[in-house]
Amino acid sequence: MPDTAVRLTDVTVRFEDKRLAFDCAIAAGDAVAVAGPSGAGKSTLFNVIAGFQTPATGTVSLLGQDMAGRDPAERPVSVIFQDNNLFAHLSIADNVGLGIHPGLKLDTAGRQSVVAALSRVGLGGFERRLPGSLSGGERQRVALARALVRRRPILLLDEPFAALDPAMRADMAKLLLELRAETKSTMLFITHQPEDIGRLADRVMFLEAGAIVLDEPVRDFLSRREPPGVAKFLGHSTL
Amino acid sequence: MIFARAERKTLRVAGGLALGGVFAFVGVATAMLLAHAGGGDAPLFDAYIWRVAQFTLMQAALSTALSILLAIPVARALARQRDFWGRVWIIRLSVVPLGLPALVAALGVIEVWGRQGVVNDLLRLGGLQNPVSVYGLAGILIAHVFFNLPLAARFLLAALDRIPAEYWLSSANLGMGGGAVFRLIEWPVIRRVLPGIAGLVFMLCVTSFTIVLTLGGGPAATTIEVAIYQALRFDFDPQRAVLLAFLQIAVTAVLLWLLSLFARPPEEGATAGRAIRRFDGRRRRLADGVVIVVFTLFTAAPLAATLAAGLAADFGRLALDPLLHRALFTSLAISFASACLSLAIALPVVLVPRLAEAGDAGVSTRLMGRALPAVGSLILLVPPVVVATGWFLVLRLFGETGRFAPAVITVINALMALPFVVRVLEPAYRTHLARTARLALSLGVTGMHRLLWIDWPALRKPFLTAFAFAMALSLGDLGAVAIFGAEGFVTLPWLLFSRMASYRTADAAGIALILGVICLALTLPSTAPERPTERPAADA
Repeated sequence: MPDTAVRLTDVTVRFEDKRLAFDCAIAAGDAVAVAGPSGAGKSTLFNVIAGFQTPATGTVSLLGQDMAGRDPAERPVSVIFQDNNLFAHLSIADNVGLGIHPGLKLDTAGRQSVVAALSRVGLGGFERRLPGSLSGGERQRVALARALVRRRPILLLDEPFAALDPAMRADMAKLLLELRAETKSTMLFITHQPEDIGRLADRVMFLEAGAIVLDEPVRDFLSRREPPGVAKFLGHSTL
Repeated sequence: MIFARAERKTLRVAGGLALGGVFAFVGVATAMLLAHAGGGDAPLFDAYIWRVAQFTLMQAALSTALSILLAIPVARALARQRDFWGRVWIIRLSVVPLGLPALVAALGVIEVWGRQGVVNDLLRLGGLQNPVSVYGLAGILIAHVFFNLPLAARFLLAALDRIPAEYWLSSANLGMGGGAVFRLIEWPVIRRVLPGIAGLVFMLCVTSFTIVLTLGGGPAATTIEVAIYQALRFDFDPQRAVLLAFLQIAVTAVLLWLLSLFARPPEEGATAGRAIRRFDGRRRRLADGVVIVVFTLFTAAPLAATLAAGLAADFGRLALDPLLHRALFTSLAISFASACLSLAIALPVVLVPRLAEAGDAGVSTRLMGRALPAVGSLILLVPPVVVATGWFLVLRLFGETGRFAPAVITVINALMALPFVVRVLEPAYRTHLARTARLALSLGVTGMHRLLWIDWPALRKPFLTAFAFAMALSLGDLGAVAIFGAEGFVTLPWLLFSRMASYRTADAAGIALILGVICLALTLPSTAPERPTERPAADA
């Protein structure tokens, strides 16, 4: 496996009223927290990596391969959103099964791995239920189970815990750490919580006004008192 | 980006086909009309054409004014009285005219308001000698109000129901009287939606064909569309038909332009399940009751009369009538095909603009995304009777207008349904795509898989609603068929119309009942208000 999982070179994205520019390299196996104020471009960064947004210029390469022209499903990436990760009309098993075959044509081995993945995230026996009958935390764990069966080496999590209460956040973070140790995947997650960063991340990328302003080990980041944007994010007074 | 590579390609091809096909179809008709224009030495606009144009606008203005003025008290009464037995049925009743073919409704109006109808019976009992005549302007207005009063009332009621529940609590707390409630709470809301509703009703009345054809009498009560039909079928004067057709296009163009300036399309928001308490309802129970009862009688009477007259028909003989069999088969075949075609055109009309919204869409895709919504409403600009006239002239060149008529009528009916189909599918697809598109794309659930597992289960209801309405619209259409009206080609409405014209009233009533029942069976299930059941919360 190449050493660099994600590499963005001179990537720019244009919107009507602003222009974003990204340059970064993320080592394989790292867990990177992506932080920054609203509108800084965190979700756009994810959209560029996942293939939902085509950059105006620059190259996106994942695991050493140029991603130009590749659809989202053709990239080595799994995405978990803040919510709406499950199709409301499909059973939990079907929702996970879509990670194995997009037309739900599963053989016995496939069905077994769905069951195994669900029990791995602590939802054994939930196969036939509908998403509407699960709690927010349970639904996010189903999304994790699907990411498990998809076996994509890069995992993007867009504020995966934002809708959860503190106790559930801690459980999810623990589960996520375990899964990461098992799968050796590269993980990027957007968060607004310094404590999530401390629990999960090796490195931190801090975005401001459409650019990556910091990219450093988590220890350095958490002890920062400046620049003001970071200090504010960490909850230190800027005075 | 919300579509995969293969899907984008398919959509662009489908969009190109829809765009090219529809514009070619309407373009050929218009070109043929242009080719026939001019050449004669008769003056371009004579007194007759002016009179027809004036009457068209006058009856539409009166119909709109009456429908709206009457709808306001009805909607207010229904909004105020929230809790009485039968309220939900009265609201459902107000949906019925929408699904009823105009010809069947016209027959119902004649049954109630005609010479032998209930109203004249009552008037004679009251000592009046001269009965009300249902033919002419009066009949046209009654029929138009029958269609549009419930429509306007429903839109107004929906707007009133969107008022926050706290307003009513506050108004009761502040002790606001009826006048103050109207002036300060209801009227501001009504005023906002009124232009849209009035515009819609006016447009429907200007292009009304069947009602005017059956209830209008002679040159004194003829609209442009009916005049086209008469010029073509009775006077064999294509010149005049063409002139009238362009007059019609000019009128609708100006109207659509005005509408786009002033009026937002009315909407029926989903407000089911929200508890609204109206404390001002108690004082007005009697007055509101009278309004609601009169409204219910006015709307239900033609339906009941159609049912009663229809049941009295000799169904044994009708059932054996081979002409009826042929008409029924032809109508079902045409309407099924046109509903399929309408949905097939609607999909790219709805989806390509979404494709064009993505930042990386090419220039051609973006142009197509702009042009396709126009395809969806082209038939509003160039009305069915006009398109049919153009194609009648085209087919006449080949001698046989009858043989190709079914195909042309199928396409015209599909285009007629298109504005409605797009309005049902567009918001449904928009919400659905916002919720599922990125997820499906990232999982690679695309193409047929997406259609089968993601789109169909979630969009089944809007698809079926659109299909059923498109089919009902085509089943009840008389306009396009009337222009062709050739021997050897009979649809159900055409058969009904010729039975009415030859005064075989019992047969006509029987056929009207059959036609009405089929159309209502198609349209009513999807208009039933949603029950406040526990919905599987869509992931948040």
